[in-house]
This record gives sequence, structure tokens and C-alpha cells, in this order.
Amino acid sequence: MATNIRTANDTDTVLRTEGLNVYYGNFLAVSNVWLDVPRNQAVAFIGPSGCGKSTILRCYNRLNDLIETFRAEGNVIYQGHNLYAPNVDPVEVRRRIGMVFQRPNPFPKSIYDNIAWGAKINGFKGNMDQLVESSLKKAALWDEVKDKLRQNGLSLSGGQQQRLCIARAIAVQPDVILMDEPCSALDPISTLRVEELIHQLKEQYTIIIVTHNMQQASRVADKTAFFNVQTSEKGGRTGYLVEYDRTEKIFQDPQQESTKEYISGKFG
Amino acid sequence: MPSNLSDSSGNSSGYTMGSLVRSPSAPRTMFNSIMTGVAFFCGAVAIFTLAAVLSYILYRGFGSISPRVFTELPPLPFGPSQGGFGNAILGTFIMVLIGAFISIPVGVLAAIYLTEFSSGNLARWIRFATNILSGVPSIIAGVFAYGVVVLTLNKLGWGSYSAVGGGFALSILMLPIIVRTTDESLQLVSNDLRQAAVGVGATKFQTVASVVLPAAVPAIVTGATLAVARAAGETAPLLFTALFSSGWPSLTPQGLLQPTASLAVLVYNYAISPYEKWKSLAWAASLVLVLMVLIASIIARFATRRKAY
Repeated sequence: MATNIRTANDTDTVLRTEGLNVYYGNFLAVSNVWLDVPRNQAVAFIGPSGCGKSTILRCYNRLNDLIETFRAEGNVIYQGHNLYAPNVDPVEVRRRIGMVFQRPNPFPKSIYDNIAWGAKINGFKGNMDQLVESSLKKAALWDEVKDKLRQNGLSLSGGQQQRLCIARAIAVQPDVILMDEPCSALDPISTLRVEELIHQLKEQYTIIIVTHNMQQASRVADKTAFFNVQTSEKGGRTGYLVEYDRTEKIFQDPQQESTKEYISGKFG
Repeated sequence: MPSNLSDSSGNSSGYTMGSLVRSPSAPRTMFNSIMTGVAFFCGAVAIFTLAAVLSYILYRGFGSISPRVFTELPPLPFGPSQGGFGNAILGTFIMVLIGAFISIPVGVLAAIYLTEFSSGNLARWIRFATNILSGVPSIIAGVFAYGVVVLTLNKLGWGSYSAVGGGFALSILMLPIIVRTTDESLQLVSNDLRQAAVGVGATKFQTVASVVLPAAVPAIVTGATLAVARAAGETAPLLFTALFSSGWPSLTPQGLLQPTASLAVLVYNYAISPYEKWKSLAWAASLVLVLMVLIASIIARFATRRKAY
């Protein structure tokens, strides 16, 4: 099987997507995605609404499992395991592959507990205060909240909440961080801060970010994948990967006509 | 142009434009005013009923209430003692507590199963069954408890009519209220929050126990309090499960298997009695019961005032 051949040269590929098909019930939502995510780089997924970029993103930490009708075919290889193999524990996957969501969703707990909870449930034995501090510092939030760690996380502004969510994701020391349009609910200044953060986080983590904002993709991503959607004869809309390359290449010299049209704003 | 605004002559749009100036005699306006009046009247009737019941109970109850009603036992119909119904207050507390001890854990866990773990058809049937259960007349719940608890205790020779039987009957009435309010409040907890928890590597149980449930606690407390308030006022199911007693209830295991007094049954027994002394106690007991339910509801309000997520 392909799995065995490829684990050998996996040194700089973190996630390998092999012929991934995603179904909701009988409806094929995304078809045949092949895509390798390199270590310590940021990869952006762009494309029009409904093209399946978020769906693919959520395949990487098996968050789609929460949707009852969801079914995946093909392989997502991570550390030599197919994430969708029956013997893989989705809870362990999500602990290693963290996620930041579109809308900031801190727990209705204190700022401190927002970060400590994930560590606690994952059996963190070290110094919790230190972990909270270092996570908040990495998320560039420490200076703003260090005097009010006992306050509820929901009392922060939207941009701060999103950075808190990033700190929460970092605190469990994941390998990969998935970001599903992390800035779409934020103002431009908060967006800028999150983007700066992504640049710093890349040094330690691998980041996959879904974005509707092409400037954002060009600013933060090393590689960019463009997804599009096609309507089948039966009227179902199926997403597919059009093109995946270095970000400069995608934005300056796309090989596919539809990529060119999308990035020049002709549709989407 | 102004002339266009009041132009009611036919035009091609299919509408006739009325005047911008409000005319009280237009059919539409009149219908609106009449319906507003009817709705107001019906609202007033509802409020009036509540006010009438409460004020009469306050009026009659305050006349008969005194500190001794909380501390003394029911009096003989004739004789010097005025007496009270301390045993019935305590008995109501005991039986409501027993009911709460049974129904709150079962109800909350059932609701957790419904929202967090079950899917599709099974959940629909359980919800449907819960709704039916909440519509079951309380006397039927009493008959059921009589069959399940009272007759069984009798067979075993441990007792018959008892606080345990009464509490069990009340728990059947409380269960659907708790399941429903908990179920609804859990469904209101945002899925973003569940995903956030799952996203940091929480198991389903950790997600529910540490994130979803705390967010729903205020609503669950309200549900439980409403259930307690409803149970405290129930008479029918207690009539043939706990019966009545003119002695103090006891918190020993044997005591809980003895017939036990309750406020509601006391009101029922004494209000239909021919003795003035008992009738006056029934009024006082009604007042105490109403106040207990009222206080419980107010507590529930305060519990939910805490910000919901």
C-alpha cells in the first residue's frame, strides 16, 4: 500500500492527503483531493463558498466525525497512520492537530482555565502557571490579560478572544494548527495581529489556514491550494482541488484558467 | 409628490395606496384596535384570577397564621389546643427531597443522553414519551406509585403508606419537567463550544461534563426548581401513597416508611372538615404552601439571572 512506501521519506511532509473523497450521506461534497502539507510552513486553502475547503480542513482533525452523515474515503496520512483507519483514536488526533475556529469560541471559564483545561484533560503534569503564561505569550495576549487571568474569557474583545483560542490550541502543544477563517469575525487591526502571530507560530508548528481573503493568503501562506466547485448533472455541488503550489506561483503565474479568474476577482 | 401618496385611484401595480394620515375608522385600523383590546382583556382576566386567588389566600391565611403553626402538631378538632402543622411542612420537604433525589439525577442524565449521545429516531421517541409523561394526570402517577412502592412495601412487611411512596410519586411528576428543561437548555448550548472542547482533544464525556453542562446549569436549576414547586403542591398522588399522619415525620429509615403528613393533603383533609379550627389551619397551610412555591420560583429566577452562555 501507498502508506508503507511513503512513510520512509516523510521527514518534511506532515500531512499527506491521498485521493480524499468526502460524502455527506450519498452526496459527494469534495472529490479526490491529493495534497501534501510541508512541516513548519503555512498552507492556505482558498476558493469560493461551498468548494469544500473547510470540509477538507476538518478532515485533518476528524472534526467532521461530529456530523452524523459524514463519511470519508481515501487516506490522510499523519505520522505514518491513516487518520481514518479504524484503530485511530480521533481524540488523540485532535490533541495533536489543534484547531482555531471561524468565530472565537472561548469556554465560558476564566482566561486561565480556558488554557489550563485542555492541558489538564490531556494529562499535563508540568507547571500550569508557566504553561498558561507561555501560551498566552506565544499568542501575543499575555500583556493584555496578565492582570485579569481570573476574568471570564468571554469578557475579552473579539480579537482578544480569538488570540485566547489560539493560546488554548497552543497549550496542548500540538503538531499542526488548523485555522478555519480565523479572522473573518475580526476587525483589520486584530486581523493583522493574528497574521503576525501566524508568521511566528510557523517556526514551531505547521499551520493550515482556510481564508476567503486572498490578500491574507498571500501575506501568510508559503503554499496555497485553490479549490473550486463544480455542479454535477444531478445538481449536486462537488468541490475539488484545482491547483496547489507555492503562494507566489499561485498568485503570479497560476497554471489553471479558473485559478487565474478567481485570484483576479472574476468570480467567487 | 403629495398627490401620489393619497392617490387611491386604480393603478397598474395592483395595490390601492391609502393616505399617509392615520384614519381611525379604516377597517384595518379598527380591526387592529379591537384585537388589541381583546388581547388586553384576556391578559387582564389571567392577571385578575391570579390576583384574586393570591389575595384571598393572603387575607384568610394571614388571619390564621401564627408562629405556632410551624412548630406544633395538628390539634384535635375539639379541645383547648390551637395546634399547627409543623409535621406537614417537614413532611412536604422530606417527600419533595426524596422526589428530587430520584428525579434530578435521572432527568439530567436522560437529557444528556438525548442531546449529546442519542440520534434520530430513538431520541424522538424518548422526547415524545417524556411529553406524554408530563401530561399524565397526577392521580395516575399516584396509582402507579401505590402499585410499585406501597404494595411492595406491604408485601415485604416493611410498611405501606410512606414518605418513600409519596416521594416516588412526586418524582414521576418531576421527571418530565426536568428532562424537558435540561434537554432544551443543553440544545441551546452553542455547538461552537462543543467543537472547541473536542478540538483541544477532549473526549465526549469531558466535553459534556466540563463545558456543556456548566453552561447549561442555570437553566437546569430553573427546571429543577419548577419541578420542586409543582411537586410541593401536588395532593392527589400523596393521598394514597403517603396518606397522612398527625405525628412528626422521622428521618430514620423506619420513619421514612411510615405514613407522612404533607401540606397539600392537610389542606385537602382540613378544608373539607366541618371544624372551624381545622378550616382555619387549612387556610394557613394554603398560605404557607403558596409562599413556599413563590419563594422557590424567585430563587429559580435569581439562579438564571446569572449570565447564560
